[in-house]
Amino acid sequence: MGFMRRFLSRPTTLFGLAVFLLIVAIALGAPLLFSRGPFTIVGMPLLPPGAPGLPAGSDVLGRDMAVGLAYGARISLLVGIASTACAAGIGVLLGAVAGYYGGWVDDLLMRMTEFFQIIPSFVLLMVLVAFLQPSLETTVIGIALVTWPQVARVARGEFLSLRGREFVQAARTLGMRDSRIIFTQILPNALPPIIVVGSMMVGSAILTESALSFLGLGDPNLLSWGSMIGGSRSAMWVAWWTTVLPGLAIMLTVLALNFIGDGLNDALNPRGKR
Amino acid sequence: MSRLSYIGARLVKTVLVTVAVVLLSFFLVRLAPGDTATVMAGQAGFSDEAFMKSLRAEYGLDQPVTAQLWKYISAVAQGDLGSSFVRRQPVLDVILERLPNTLLLNGFALLVAIAGGVAMGVMAARRPGSAMDAAMTVLSMVFYAMPQFWLGMMAMLMFSVWLGWLPPFGLETMGADYTGLARFGDIAVHMILPGVTLALYFMASYARLTRTAMIEVADQDFVKTARAKGLREGQVARRHILRNALIPLITFAGLQAAILVGGSVLVENVFSWPGVGTLAYEAVTTRDNPLLLGIFIVTAILVCLFNLATDIAYSIADPRVELG
Repeated sequence: MGFMRRFLSRPTTLFGLAVFLLIVAIALGAPLLFSRGPFTIVGMPLLPPGAPGLPAGSDVLGRDMAVGLAYGARISLLVGIASTACAAGIGVLLGAVAGYYGGWVDDLLMRMTEFFQIIPSFVLLMVLVAFLQPSLETTVIGIALVTWPQVARVARGEFLSLRGREFVQAARTLGMRDSRIIFTQILPNALPPIIVVGSMMVGSAILTESALSFLGLGDPNLLSWGSMIGGSRSAMWVAWWTTVLPGLAIMLTVLALNFIGDGLNDALNPRGKR
Repeated sequence: MSRLSYIGARLVKTVLVTVAVVLLSFFLVRLAPGDTATVMAGQAGFSDEAFMKSLRAEYGLDQPVTAQLWKYISAVAQGDLGSSFVRRQPVLDVILERLPNTLLLNGFALLVAIAGGVAMGVMAARRPGSAMDAAMTVLSMVFYAMPQFWLGMMAMLMFSVWLGWLPPFGLETMGADYTGLARFGDIAVHMILPGVTLALYFMASYARLTRTAMIEVADQDFVKTARAKGLREGQVARRHILRNALIPLITFAGLQAAILVGGSVLVENVFSWPGVGTLAYEAVTTRDNPLLLGIFIVTAILVCLFNLATDIAYSIADPRVELG
């Protein structure tokens, strides 16, 4: 009882949810909202917001910024959610095995997570994406490959502390197989902190995607918020909206996701001190 | 464990991570479609079978993977990171030429982040729940949600384009040819925008960490003893609480180094700071894979060494720490 009430009790969480739902709606409805694609040239370049038919102005090439912003939301959300899902899959699986069995598997995993903590993962990500050729898939795979240790660490900790509990011993006494104990007994109890980490990772994955595409390492066939900013760097001095608006969109989305993550954290760990 | 064997263990760990970085790099090269020979042939503009074969023989690409791996490791160990496709120079030389600028910027950012963060954290800890506390929480949330490169662009827009206070680009004024102190001042002025941009993200974390540590330490017995002795509150805060609260910052600085380098790549690009970050961007746009990989290896090793240094500093600053 009370999960929803606790979750919805903070105004920041409500704000986060509202903004997030709005962005999801814009992302899904982009093709319905606009009759033309984000790459269509609609008029003169660098028209300010409020020009006829251009609520957000036009960019360096005379494309409608509003359409670009709406389609950019699709890329950001897709990359954020897909890469987090992949990272969570790898992280939970490895973290569960390491935490449940301990021993050398655990040692190996901990060394690996330490390794990923020490090395500059953004530079590694640049290498990965550049070598695999920039595309939506390589962005998602790359982000998942450098972020899974975060999930693994949390999952491992939970499994380590839960594996000795009575309900696990009971399951073992009943003759349950390890895989069943891991997935049906421990995992549901280990989920809350994993969900919190995951919700925070979606936001940081969106930031990482924007950084990659800002550097020209995004999918060249898709317009994302990061590539909009990267593409209008030369115009920044004369047309502020070309860089300010996509950045605000990123910030608002990530802020909303972090607020939701905070709300989940409060609701799922009611005893946790803030 | 004695401190010496602790440092020894950390050294071993540093070496192992370095070896792992080199191993990883070796396999990363194999991710890219085609091998060195196809790339070279592509750049030469022709590729007949005999030429490719001679290229493969020249670079040892026709040997078994283990032999190639060994060759690669021994080359990297001798500081040979290959040569840049585009610049026709050894990768290491190209990187080392840019490295001082990156170290300068990152060092400055780290100092700003720690100084600003500690100041904010101390103020917030004085009265938990105060306006300062709330402002800090909001600020850190906002900074965490902003792309760092965008924050830099906004700072440039504000302070260079609109207000005209600070130079927007580069390391120093082009063509001014300052020397001595004037040059130092010129570089310092150019460093403010990129440095503070880079620092702001971490400042919020340092502030939070200092705040938590201050509140935690303030609860411990030795602080009560200090108060019971009749020391004034300011003295207790400075000499007893703050000093101990600063210790976790050392470890944190080590852990953050990798993120700092990643941020530096972006911020350098925004401000055209001639460091390793802009070099990485040039490597990406010119498809100079050996250079990009070299940058990964060099930055990874540097971060690793910095971690070693913070680990050692931590063991000296806090003798209670369980060395293991």
